[in-house]
Amino acid sequence: MSKTYYDPDDLKKFGNISEWNQELGEKFFDYYGKVFEEGALSAREKSLIALAVSHVVKCPYCIDAYTKDGLQRGITKQEMMEAVHAGAAIESGATLVHGVQMMNKYNKLSM
Amino acid sequence: MPKISLKRQNKELAKPKKQLEVLANGIFKNGALSTFKSKLEATNQFPLKPSALEILQINVGYMCNQVCAHCHVDAGPDRKEIMTKDTLQQCLEVLKSSGAHTLDLTGGAPEMNPHFKWFVEEASKIGVQDFIVRSNLTILMAHKKYDDLPSFFKKYNIHVVSSMPHWTQGKTDQQRGKGVFNRSIEALKKLNRVGYGLPHSKLKLDLVYNPSGAFLPGDQKSMELDFKKALYEDFGIQFNHLFAITNLPISRFLDYLIASENYEDYMYSLVEAYNPKAVENVMCKNTLSIGWDGYLYDCDFNQMLGLKVKNRITHIRDFNAHKLRERNIQISQHCYGCTAGAGSSCQGTVV
Repeated sequence: MSKTYYDPDDLKKFGNISEWNQELGEKFFDYYGKVFEEGALSAREKSLIALAVSHVVKCPYCIDAYTKDGLQRGITKQEMMEAVHAGAAIESGATLVHGVQMMNKYNKLSM
Repeated sequence: MPKISLKRQNKELAKPKKQLEVLANGIFKNGALSTFKSKLEATNQFPLKPSALEILQINVGYMCNQVCAHCHVDAGPDRKEIMTKDTLQQCLEVLKSSGAHTLDLTGGAPEMNPHFKWFVEEASKIGVQDFIVRSNLTILMAHKKYDDLPSFFKKYNIHVVSSMPHWTQGKTDQQRGKGVFNRSIEALKKLNRVGYGLPHSKLKLDLVYNPSGAFLPGDQKSMELDFKKALYEDFGIQFNHLFAITNLPISRFLDYLIASENYEDYMYSLVEAYNPKAVENVMCKNTLSIGWDGYLYDCDFNQMLGLKVKNRITHIRDFNAHKLRERNIQISQHCYGCTAGAGSSCQGTVV
């Protein structure tokens, strides 16, 4: 049997985390469910945000879950990929903006 | 996508017995998932009993001009099972006395039955509140002999229910075949032109959405809004309602699930989404399905699985509404498809 840190079947067991701490587990799942309800943002928009964040935090469970969720909502693959790019752009921007820090330090240390 | 049916390909899975074996074994036999029967028992809903008959759904034949990847009928041009005029006549007799308020013609492409127009005319004389024809749309564009179908439907105030898996070409053609999207759009425009689906028109045009893959349909209401917006903005097309229908794990869709290694995950999704409230309104309770050869079934899915009604009366020629009401509805794991989430029926969600 191959050993890996991630097993796709573990996603089905997510709810089991409440078994070791029922109060916090239930509070989390209540909160989670509430977050993704229709609100000022539509559930569809939130699904795309979740998909983008799933990629940024590199969570394979979340990517599986929100790709399927998007398909169920009729979200197109073009919309999904644009959302992933939005997440990737912020992530790469967050790296690159530190380039200013590098430039500041470089200049400070240089004559 | 193969252009011939599973049956014509001589696939083992074309046989109802094989499909029922798959549904009874594996994850359901080893206890990983509960059987549908045990779910019903847990809420005292077993055996499932019919309520008063409201809908007669007649499958007038398995012949179709399309070979859709998800088709639970395994329909296609190579299917020769067609209801005869004698059997259609027996259906008319039953329609007069059954008390059903809805007549629902399905197939295959029902329009390809050679007696289709005769039957519609005769059934209209009897009068039913809601006379549905399930049209695949492309049949309206398939041959000049079908050119007049929109005005024929209009003449008999037929309620047209049409399949449309997505508002984009890619997803539609992926499920239903190359070129289907463009021909469906043209057919919808033809129906709109004679008055179907327009605001304030009595001519009803509903669309059916089936997911094009191993996932469940989303919220019917919000999908309807998305479909309406996209079809109107892109093509000026209007329609009344969208029915979101779950793909049941039988026939061609089961073949796809197994081949793509999605079967177990799909069954987990269905069982996880099981909703006892949906059981109260499943369509097999108020519907009777009549096969091309006149045999009676609890629904069109059971028909494809060869599960005839469990009753002394099994054929339309012996129809007796009172006796049929005593039956227990036949179930297997495919029934999870009609009880997931908001439920699923030929009229969309049930909760």
